[in-house]
Amino acid sequence: MKRRDFFAVLGGGLVVLLDDEIYAQETGGPRRGGGTAVPVEIGAWLHIGESGVVTVYTGKVEVGQNARTSLTQAVVEELHAPPASVHMAMGDTDLTPFDMGTVGSMTTPRMWPQIRRAAAAAREMLLDLAAQKWSVDRATLAIADGKVSAGARSASFGELARGEKWTRTIPSSVPLAEAAAWKVAGKSLPKVNGHAMVTGAHKYSYDLSRPGMLHAKVLYPPQFGATLISLDASAAEAMPGVKVVHEGNFVAVAAPDPETAAKAAGVLQAQWKPVTAEADSHTVFQYFKQTAQGAAASANLTPYTIAYIAHVPLEPRAALAEWEGDKVTVWTGSQRPFGVRSELAQAFGIPEEKARVIVPDTGSGYGGKHNGDAALEAARVSKALGKPVKRNWTREEEMTWAYFRPGGLIEVAGKVSPDGVITEWEFHNYNSGGSGLQSPYSIPGKKEQFHQTKSPLRQGSYRGLAATANHFVRESYMDELAQSVKLDPLEFRLINAKDERLRNVIVAAADKFGWKARQKTAGRGFGIAAGFEKGGYVATCAEISVDPGTGAVKVLRAVVAFECGAVVNPEHLRNQVEGAIAMGLGGALFEEIQFGEGKISTNRLARYRVPRFADMPVIESVLLDRKDLVSAGAGETPIVGIAPAIGNAIFDANGKRIRRLPLMA
Amino acid sequence: MARVTELSVNGGRRRIDADPDRTLLSVLRDDLDLTGTKYGCGEGQCAACTVLVDGVATKSCLTKVGAVAGKRIVTIEGLAPEGKLHPVQQAFLDADAMQCGYCTPGMILGAVALLGRTPNPTEAEIVTGMNGHICRCGTYPRVVRAIHAAAGKGGRA
Repeated sequence: MKRRDFFAVLGGGLVVLLDDEIYAQETGGPRRGGGTAVPVEIGAWLHIGESGVVTVYTGKVEVGQNARTSLTQAVVEELHAPPASVHMAMGDTDLTPFDMGTVGSMTTPRMWPQIRRAAAAAREMLLDLAAQKWSVDRATLAIADGKVSAGARSASFGELARGEKWTRTIPSSVPLAEAAAWKVAGKSLPKVNGHAMVTGAHKYSYDLSRPGMLHAKVLYPPQFGATLISLDASAAEAMPGVKVVHEGNFVAVAAPDPETAAKAAGVLQAQWKPVTAEADSHTVFQYFKQTAQGAAASANLTPYTIAYIAHVPLEPRAALAEWEGDKVTVWTGSQRPFGVRSELAQAFGIPEEKARVIVPDTGSGYGGKHNGDAALEAARVSKALGKPVKRNWTREEEMTWAYFRPGGLIEVAGKVSPDGVITEWEFHNYNSGGSGLQSPYSIPGKKEQFHQTKSPLRQGSYRGLAATANHFVRESYMDELAQSVKLDPLEFRLINAKDERLRNVIVAAADKFGWKARQKTAGRGFGIAAGFEKGGYVATCAEISVDPGTGAVKVLRAVVAFECGAVVNPEHLRNQVEGAIAMGLGGALFEEIQFGEGKISTNRLARYRVPRFADMPVIESVLLDRKDLVSAGAGETPIVGIAPAIGNAIFDANGKRIRRLPLMA
Repeated sequence: MARVTELSVNGGRRRIDADPDRTLLSVLRDDLDLTGTKYGCGEGQCAACTVLVDGVATKSCLTKVGAVAGKRIVTIEGLAPEGKLHPVQQAFLDADAMQCGYCTPGMILGAVALLGRTPNPTEAEIVTGMNGHICRCGTYPRVVRAIHAAAGKGGRA
């Protein structure tokens, strides 16, 4: 939308545009892409309409992390509007400013203060308006609960905005009030659209439909990388209502209902040119080492392995595409709507403003929905057939054709003085990633390196990225070092942790857990792990039991101390911490993608176990609320401590050091 | 087999014209636009597709529509027909027992059925009764809390 078009579209009212000069500084230039949709430098914008509805436009999306609620709190805090009057317009590339994506726990540190600034500016505009209208001293005005008042006089935001067409642009560096003075932020505002979730009213991408819509199925090769030799689609084409789209290696069928589409896909006769896979889930760790880039590691390092795992968002990838002339609109669950827009523009050779991507609140992502696979498929079939097309992935498709959290080989070595000071540290990560690679402990001589390798599977982001793998290995090996000098794991960590925030979470978790008073009994073990990632500090203690017969591990209790600066919403933060522990348990204990010959054999939930009710330990979270520090994102970092805490607890229980994820493979 | 021409859904009779071998999930979602019932896996592993059939929690992805003709089907859309939330729905809101919400309709109907069988379940009974439901966001402890809270407030169907 062009700036001059705002009021034509929105009616009258007040508009605040946030000039995102911080972004320009960080990236060395204006925002990419943009087209003419929204002014390129704008980070977010806010409109107060004549009805009093406050609409805030942000390119962030809601995938269960409760950004819709926390961003609403930012508005309410500064604008003093009732929460119900605030509408967050999120993740619509025609309406919301460009955004890199809802990734890397950046919504809270970056977008949240921006929206507070926009709301604060809107508040000042309302006060200016009221002072002018009533010819009163601005200092005598009060603003609360969607109204401005002066003595007996009072007007709602909508009344003040009526007949106005006033735009103000503010820099994103405007200072904000101290967290200690927050009234709505820092409190547990309930999920703003929770009602739509418990009544089933919310429409996810999977649920959307358009009149005349066709359902598409894509024919995938039997192996990754196999190419199509020949196709006989005659049986499918003979089915009533079925259309076949065949463009090079891309084959899809479409039908008025999903079951007919699935049947039609089933009768396609395709011949594929097979490929020889370079590695399987057993040989892949050697393969990482063989294909590694970067300087060689020293000899005699201790190897750990990390399996590939799947995100398994409960809503599989889904998209609905519709072309109008040369413009395509796609509704899809993605964490990067503008990234999907670029993919569409590139795939169809159209300018970015000819592709609109709309992201309904999505059935989770965990870093697994960064791209537009389903969106491209739906748009392609829709373009070919001239009708709206729905492309809902099945669970098997989701667990085969999405991307995975990378597997990895990690090699580590360290030296420790007799009094427990780490003097040397060498750490090499092959393939799994560089996040959380650097030790948060104070070590004089450190060599830490990430090595790019080839990957036999398509891989990408995941909640916490490689910080989970790197913390697992680092914190497991910390215990190996502690053991070598006969020091208690807690004591050893405190000797080497100089960062005050790291020490605080370690002490807080150990205190709540009762680490020092723990009682060792047969078949039980206790473990501790700590770390730092994406602006947040975490320490996790776990108590586990090991079945003496089967060796099966049950996590009984987990205590997590987490510090991410000033807490924005305590209840939702606890929910994220608990969820991270629950999700982390799967990767820690049993989740593992098995593959060979270019095929995934664990592509169904019956073959790929994820955590369930019965796997849950008692989870206790300790939130260290640092109102003196900037709020950091919190959806990812609490996941990094649980795997090493469990691994260390297993060693404590039975003396077995397990150097792989999952621990129970 | 004869086509299924009528279903009893959420207290009303709904005309359909469906092959009896089709899944109840597909008929609810694609024919009746009752999309609160979710697809999660299609193999009965996640229970996101749970509906009540004569009060019993039933995985609609594994249920043929021909098998439920004439039975009382309740979907999430039918749980608060007058707009007043069912106690289990309210308890889920109060306990913040969701993140992305995709598993929530199935969880709620599973909980309603559980409380129908066991009005005051122990924690172990909740865990056993709900273990077929997957929440990838990991809100399990909150769901347990919500069910406990609802148990005291007439959470039965």
